[in-house]
Amino acid sequence: MAANTSRLQRFHSLEFILGASLTIIICGAVLLSDVLFPGAEKVNLLSRLVPPFTDIQHVFGTDPLGRDVLARVVAGGKISLLVGFTSVVGAVIFGVFMGLVAGYYRGFWDMLVMRFADLQLAMPFILLAITFIAIVGGSLTNTIILLIVSQWVQYARVVRGSVLTLREREFVLSARAIGVRDWRIIVQHLLPNLIGPVIVLMTLNVANNILLESSLTFLGLGVDPTIPSWGGMLADGRTYLQTAWWVSVFPGLAILLTVLGLNLLGDWLRDSLDPTGRTTG
Amino acid sequence: MTIEQAKPLLAVEGLSVEFGNSRVVDDLSFTVHPGKTVAIVGESGSGKSVTSLSIMRLADTMGAKFAAGRIVFGDRDLLKASQKEMRTIRGKEIAMIFQEPMTSLNPVFTIGDQICEVLMLHEKMGKSAAMAEARRLLDMVRLPDSEQLLKRYPHQLSGGMRQRVMIAMALACRPKLLIADEPTTALDVTIQAQILTIMRELQKDLGMGMVFITHDMGVVAEMADEVVVMWKGKKVEQGPVSQIFADPQHPYTRTLLAAVPRLGSMTGEEFPKRLPLTVLENDVPTVVGEERVQDTARYNEVPLLSVKDLFVRFDMRKTMLGKVTHRLSAVSKVGFDIYPGETLALVGESGSGKSTIGRTIQQLQTAHSGEISFNGRSYSAMSAAERFRMRQEVQYIFQDPFASLDPRKTVGFSIAEPINTHGLISGGKAVRRRVDELLERVGLSSAHADRYPHEFSGGQRQRICIARALASDPKLIIADEALSALDVSIQAQIINLFMDLQAERGLAYLFISHDMAVVEKMSHRVAVLYLGQIMEMGSRRQIFETPRHAYTRRLLSAVPVADPSAERNVTLMEGEIPNPVRRVGDEPAILAHEEIDPGHFVAKSA
Repeated sequence: MAANTSRLQRFHSLEFILGASLTIIICGAVLLSDVLFPGAEKVNLLSRLVPPFTDIQHVFGTDPLGRDVLARVVAGGKISLLVGFTSVVGAVIFGVFMGLVAGYYRGFWDMLVMRFADLQLAMPFILLAITFIAIVGGSLTNTIILLIVSQWVQYARVVRGSVLTLREREFVLSARAIGVRDWRIIVQHLLPNLIGPVIVLMTLNVANNILLESSLTFLGLGVDPTIPSWGGMLADGRTYLQTAWWVSVFPGLAILLTVLGLNLLGDWLRDSLDPTGRTTG
Repeated sequence: MTIEQAKPLLAVEGLSVEFGNSRVVDDLSFTVHPGKTVAIVGESGSGKSVTSLSIMRLADTMGAKFAAGRIVFGDRDLLKASQKEMRTIRGKEIAMIFQEPMTSLNPVFTIGDQICEVLMLHEKMGKSAAMAEARRLLDMVRLPDSEQLLKRYPHQLSGGMRQRVMIAMALACRPKLLIADEPTTALDVTIQAQILTIMRELQKDLGMGMVFITHDMGVVAEMADEVVVMWKGKKVEQGPVSQIFADPQHPYTRTLLAAVPRLGSMTGEEFPKRLPLTVLENDVPTVVGEERVQDTARYNEVPLLSVKDLFVRFDMRKTMLGKVTHRLSAVSKVGFDIYPGETLALVGESGSGKSTIGRTIQQLQTAHSGEISFNGRSYSAMSAAERFRMRQEVQYIFQDPFASLDPRKTVGFSIAEPINTHGLISGGKAVRRRVDELLERVGLSSAHADRYPHEFSGGQRQRICIARALASDPKLIIADEALSALDVSIQAQIINLFMDLQAERGLAYLFISHDMAVVEKMSHRVAVLYLGQIMEMGSRRQIFETPRHAYTRRLLSAVPVADPSAERNVTLMEGEIPNPVRRVGDEPAILAHEEIDPGHFVAKSA
């Protein structure tokens, strides 16, 4: 009974309500973009650069080609969120796994994984991106894979560091003393105790990756530049920043609100996963 | 002189300290006179540390509110002083020593720099004058080779030396009052005896007042002139040390004193005894439990566990090519048997290898050489499946009940883990029933299973760890300092729980401890370890009544005696525990043993 009420109380936090509603609204609008705004890419040169909040047809104004900014922001979220989420989830799964193996087993695997990670950290991202895309070609999937490849190292490093301290803790030793199998120790005891920093890193990296995707597209290494994406719109609007701020400000706001929502959710998740209820870094 | 004697150095009057809504110190009053020592005694959570931090006004930063009272030091009320004024008092007029000598020194500065800093700050000394004074201070705390020591870094010193450096720093400005918060709790007994002697002598020389905070009644008896007993934030009793020990008035003081294990209390007894316990029931001390002779060891049977010629070594330093140059011989040629139903105690100070032996038996550590066999079967002859089963037959209880439970798992999960791992019971309901039974057996209730470790006190957590160890129905339990982190009254309860379980289930214990008084209370046989080798082994009576080896005697004489009328230990114990890391090829000599009485083995000196 007591456990039930406390579980309910967890959802009564401002962090959760704000974070969840922001995320749900944004994701919902993006998913329903085809229904809400069909023909977002329709060019209308007669109504170029309409300022926002002047025309009921174009609440957020129009861009230099007369396309509706609101419609493009909503439609552009598809690529941005897809790239942002999948690349982070992919990097987390791969990175956390590698970090756990390296940290728990030490020795040869640790050396192999970590030297490889160092090697990769030493390579500039752009160089890696150009080489990678030059070999496999630019596409949505390849962009996601590129981001996973370039970011798993962060998670692996964070996780390995935590595992190194956790594996010497007495509760892990006592699980070993009982005879608990390695993979169960890793899943049951190590993972829940190191997930906090990983969640924080995850929420930050979603925003990072949305922007990285745009810079890749800008360099001609990412997805097809004609498909709208937040990062792409931000880059396009740059030249008009002094005359038509709304072209880049609204996609920028979309990124900001998404990241804010995810950060709030991430903080809430991290705290509610911790039974002691303290706030940890 | 007499006038000065009458005026107290420090007077705490009606002090109440609150954290949020909870009052942790309530209406506390006591006085400290120059040259006298007031000991504040109490168990964890009694508010004794908060009291000391309040005198220093360090409690402010932790969010403490001083609800009432005064702390008069000299002519000033410290509670009215600003933090800026306090900074001129702290370190200069009131100094403090903390429990952990490991963390109270800054690792990146030399010892000399750190002592000089204090002198230059408070005494406005120049660098060279400060260095000379620092050297004098190190000599004062009897640290050898002070000239060289000034240039060393904290990690190059042992725990006892670091605590002496801390004392030297605290005394640098000749404070009028010294507050010592559990200064010897983290140290070995022989080192503790050294530190206590030094502190007593320095107090006599400098004539300062001392507030000594401790939970150890033995230390109180050795150090204090006056005792303040605290319980749940309140002072329950105060008086001269001899009176508190001889004629305690408050029920809590009586139960506390009754629970203190006293060395020599079992003299003449063949077997350990489960003794009834005085506990507070509705604030009335009542005696509970039976007295029973713990005659559980079955020496006629095959030894349950037998260790032969065990060596464990750690490689400490290697050359670039991976050749080992320095090794730590943690365990050298150790051998013993444990019979079913028997408690064998391994005693020794830090670095004696006692925990390593336990961990090797539990297969948490690989042996360099030697043989461990269980029920007559050697580990090396066992298959992987049999070795896995050993983790069901042998269970390990760790020292720190706070660290040995996963903070993110419910207590029920942790207790069920050995059952599930070894597939002993199938079905969630049946497992749950077993967990409930175990919790009730160790004195908790089944409702506790859904809670998390942080909701329990230290004693309760250690009970949970015991329940967990019992879950797989083991034959041998290795208790690695399992009582050291607990308050004495809880300790006494857990000792009885261990003994009851032994009588009930015929369990054997390998009891690893540094506390001679506890060992005397509960073990059948004792092995004394020093630097990885057994110095003396025999029955409890042989070791405690007729100790033969010099080290055993030294260990026994270092234990503080919880009796203020006994003569205080005035001779200073010399010597440190040497560094066990040795160059390869320079391994310590292996000592031969001789049997001087049946079952009584003593190492011959090399």
